[in-house]
Amino acid sequence: MSPEIRALLYVLAAAAFIIGLKRLSGPRTARSGNLAAATGMLLAVVVTLVDFEVSWAVVGAGIAVGAAIGAALAIRVQMTAMPQLVAAFNGFGGLASALVAGSEFVRAGGIDLPGETITTIVLSVAIGALTFTGSFIAFAKLQGLMTGSPITYGGQQIVNGLIAAALIGFGIWTAIGQDALPFWIGGAIALVFGVLVVIPIGGADMPVVIALLNSFSGLAAAATGFVISNSALIIGGALVGASGLILTKLMCDAMNRPITNVLFGAFGAADGGGGASSAAGGDVRTTSPDDLAIALAYADQVMVVPGYGLAVAQAQHALRELMSALERRGVKVAYGIHPVAGRMPGHMNVLLAEADVPYEQLLDLDDANSLLPRTDVVLVIGANDVVNPSARDDPSSVIAGMPILEVDHARTCVVIKRSLSPGFAGIDNPLFYKDRTRMLFADAKKAVTDLEAALSEV
Amino acid sequence: MGPYTVLAAETGEVLDPFIVGVIVFILAAFIGFEVITKVPPTLHTPLMSGSNAISGITIVGALIATGVENDTLASVLAFLAVVAATINVVGGFLVTDRMLEMFRKPRRDVEAGR
Repeated sequence: MSPEIRALLYVLAAAAFIIGLKRLSGPRTARSGNLAAATGMLLAVVVTLVDFEVSWAVVGAGIAVGAAIGAALAIRVQMTAMPQLVAAFNGFGGLASALVAGSEFVRAGGIDLPGETITTIVLSVAIGALTFTGSFIAFAKLQGLMTGSPITYGGQQIVNGLIAAALIGFGIWTAIGQDALPFWIGGAIALVFGVLVVIPIGGADMPVVIALLNSFSGLAAAATGFVISNSALIIGGALVGASGLILTKLMCDAMNRPITNVLFGAFGAADGGGGASSAAGGDVRTTSPDDLAIALAYADQVMVVPGYGLAVAQAQHALRELMSALERRGVKVAYGIHPVAGRMPGHMNVLLAEADVPYEQLLDLDDANSLLPRTDVVLVIGANDVVNPSARDDPSSVIAGMPILEVDHARTCVVIKRSLSPGFAGIDNPLFYKDRTRMLFADAKKAVTDLEAALSEV
Repeated sequence: MGPYTVLAAETGEVLDPFIVGVIVFILAAFIGFEVITKVPPTLHTPLMSGSNAISGITIVGALIATGVENDTLASVLAFLAVVAATINVVGGFLVTDRMLEMFRKPRRDVEAGR
């Protein structure tokens, strides 16, 4: 086909990506959107196979191996393990972009490349390589293959700064000198850099890291698009770059921490307030499954505020059954979901959707907060920092300014928790001592199951 | 003449393909911001895995790179690139579909309100 037709078909593929993302604006259209994007991808692949002299042996073997691995991972993954899977996929995307740019460089070996080509090759390899190793460190942390706590050492930021400077230096040397040696050294430094940048970031900050690496994998693809002059790569890469940046910002806003603090702050390192347990003091009021079941049964509106502890206890299904039982009694139920409730943006929603919770009941922060004053009973299960009123009331708190779910505005707030231990931020939660708060000390799953049993007796 | 070569009719000037690429990139980034800010928080995980699959578009570059002749190193790099990009594309779209399938309407037994 002519280059013009080919270029138009690639733009058509890119348009399918845009349509796909646009249809993600609602759960009803989202699935067809994903299909549209996948169709665009297929179109781009077919156009490439038809129109370029590819090596069919290499392509066949590569696609067979890649498709088998990708499909196996996608079909088998547990929804709780979604963050590490996305991290791994980000890594593969970055690796692919770096390898494409690398093979372009090898192919051109010795020939003078135009300035913008060599620059984009260097960018693609650098971003792709650090996305690759950074993503796999994130994967290892989330999967529990290495410690989730920040790994820090003296002068860490200076070391990272020097390595970043070296990376830029070798990049410039490659671009100006058109030399293979600085190119390979620079690539190796980028691989090391990806590791060093992610190890000081705590496991609970991984949502931000994954979102940022998501953005990087897009930028690496866009840079590769410049190398091979392909609009589908440039557009697709730009879309993903934008998406990752938006999610990164949303996650940082949800914790009221600047991105620099997340990346370089080593938040959650072992030095933070270990013994702050009863600073706010006061007595807590407890409740029992039987009493709570009565309160729930006669409530008009009930809201659940789930935290990651719910998923750890595998209590989503039991919770949904409890809520269905309440709905059958005419109680209105909703779920208030904080943006950082899970281990990646939107993670808690997926975990609840998997347990058959209808998406209309999944409320975001603003909607949940406007419903809370009209809520009779709010159940906080496995969440802590995201419902801590200190963020709102105490300007000196480490989480001051972080948007919270204002569960203390509900008529009754019940916190299901094993003990009074602090959350990720390591600070006490005054919510536990408020007049309208009741504590139910139990494992999340057991508490929910007991509640359901008690409810059937009411 | 490359796919991006734009001819200005009156002057016969040819715009550098790289510059055309930069224009396309900037406009696409704006579209991305507009479209993605409208995705509700409920769908942020599928958005991430789906956009992740889209970044696998680099598979196009990987496929083209396999066409290199007489260079073992470039061929090996191209093979690895095809594998990595295919994992990204196939895995990404499949897992996104799996998640989106779970987002459904209220079930009837609840709506009946016994």
